[in-house]
Amino acid sequence: MSKILIGRYVAGDSIVYRMDPRGKLLATILFILFVFLANNPISYLIVTIFSLAAVAATKLKPKIFWDGVKPLIWLILFTSFLQLFFTVGGTVYWRWTIFALSSYGFTNAIFIFIRFTVIILISTVMTVTTKPLEIADAIEWLLKPLKLIRIPVDKIALVMSIALRFVPTLFDETFKIMNAQRSRGADFNNGGLVTRAKAITPLLVPLFINSLETAIDLSTAMESRGYRGDKGRTKFRVLKWSNVDFINLFYFVLLLGLLLVFRTH
Amino acid sequence: MSIKFKNVSYIYSPETPLAKKGLDNVSFELKDGTFNAIIGHTGSGKSTLMQHFNALIKPTTGKIEIAGTTITPETTNKNLKDLRRHVSLVFQFPETQLFENTVLDDIAFGPKNFGYENEKALESAKYWLKRVGLSEEIGKRSPFELSGGQMRRVAIAGVMAYEPDILCLDEPAAGLDPEARKQMMALFSDYQKQGHTVILVTHNMDDVAKYADNVLVMEQGKLIKQDTPTEIFKDRKWLQEHHLEEPKASLFAGKLTNYKFTEMPLSINNLVKEIENNLKG
Repeated sequence: MSKILIGRYVAGDSIVYRMDPRGKLLATILFILFVFLANNPISYLIVTIFSLAAVAATKLKPKIFWDGVKPLIWLILFTSFLQLFFTVGGTVYWRWTIFALSSYGFTNAIFIFIRFTVIILISTVMTVTTKPLEIADAIEWLLKPLKLIRIPVDKIALVMSIALRFVPTLFDETFKIMNAQRSRGADFNNGGLVTRAKAITPLLVPLFINSLETAIDLSTAMESRGYRGDKGRTKFRVLKWSNVDFINLFYFVLLLGLLLVFRTH
Repeated sequence: MSIKFKNVSYIYSPETPLAKKGLDNVSFELKDGTFNAIIGHTGSGKSTLMQHFNALIKPTTGKIEIAGTTITPETTNKNLKDLRRHVSLVFQFPETQLFENTVLDDIAFGPKNFGYENEKALESAKYWLKRVGLSEEIGKRSPFELSGGQMRRVAIAGVMAYEPDILCLDEPAAGLDPEARKQMMALFSDYQKQGHTVILVTHNMDDVAKYADNVLVMEQGKLIKQDTPTEIFKDRKWLQEHHLEEPKASLFAGKLTNYKFTEMPLSINNLVKEIENNLKG
């Protein structure tokens, strides 16, 4: 009965939630590309303001975004520190063997820090406001051109959606079997590596068998309802572009323009 | 050795937006060697309550005393083996827990975990295979070759093979044919008569009326009534208010408006007797 959330979707209601997932995915990818155009303080200021505006538009608590940055904070700091100590150029304040603190180092470190943070912020905006299935739909749309070179995009998309759909089911099942075996005296928490590896058999065997059975049942159910993947399916969740999406994408074009104007050539 | 729940509450995913009360201030006491039924709607907290019996989940607040162990919110996952040896759970559709190469090995898995010698575990497995109504020959087969009903029996044997003092069952007969259902229920009833405590979660009110000494009624995580089946099924209006079914016999009796019943019949036999009395006038 405990609902397990997959992905990081947080229910909410704001303009970002009403956007088409395709638009959001496209915008996220564009933003990540555009960030690399920034190369001076003013252009970094522009991307920072832009990403903070996106965060504000979600109307979600800042903590959710902090949770997105938190797992990567050490990586970000580590990379920034590397930049700080190994960049040479400009005014050198301090030098010791291969380490140096220079004015270029400082600006580079700050730039790297901002670059990482804004990319994480924008992708968090995307993942917290878009349901996993919508993201799968958007990816399918994005991959569509690959059909021309005979890549079965429909099937790949179906596999993605089914996998997403069954993650919570598998979670529930795992919990249930674990509890059943615990009741029979299985111990998953104690003992050395070998004991623990052995203890997992009573969990894995039933899990595999149940998943296979579920898969067979699902394919039978799909076939009996006339599923033929290659024959062009219609959608239940029809994605629709709206003005909001065009405005959203326009902002990103604007961002591109601003960056091109203000970056150092 | 009796079972005592004292102001037990359980909250799912506490301190998140998804927080939900699973159990709400539940207190009761069950006597040793009794047959107890837990009834209530889907989502009323029956299964949550059941998983407290052997500390698969621990209360958020409150205290449980069971089989010489005290479970509090602070109880850790270590050293629960002794409790689980004495208090065992059969989950819904337990056939999903089978994993061994042969049926006998699977039944012997529990006993071995609880310290039975290899030989003794197999001996117990053979005995319980017979007790659940399967032939010796099946013991050597793979559990995955069996029919759904047979798998269910093997799974139940696997839990009973170390003879827990307290046996908790969650809808053990769901999806079985009527004959198999009868056999399984008779098995649990015999087990209780041999001096063990049985706790049954069920939707089948006929089973409740026939086997239970004591009934717990759950609603929205609260224990709303605890009494004997006779008392529980006496108050038809109360049952309807809480959307609970009646046993078939009392339901039938309820339709006979111009008959007089000295006591609400809960079994077919009693119903027949009461009707006879009425006809004799």
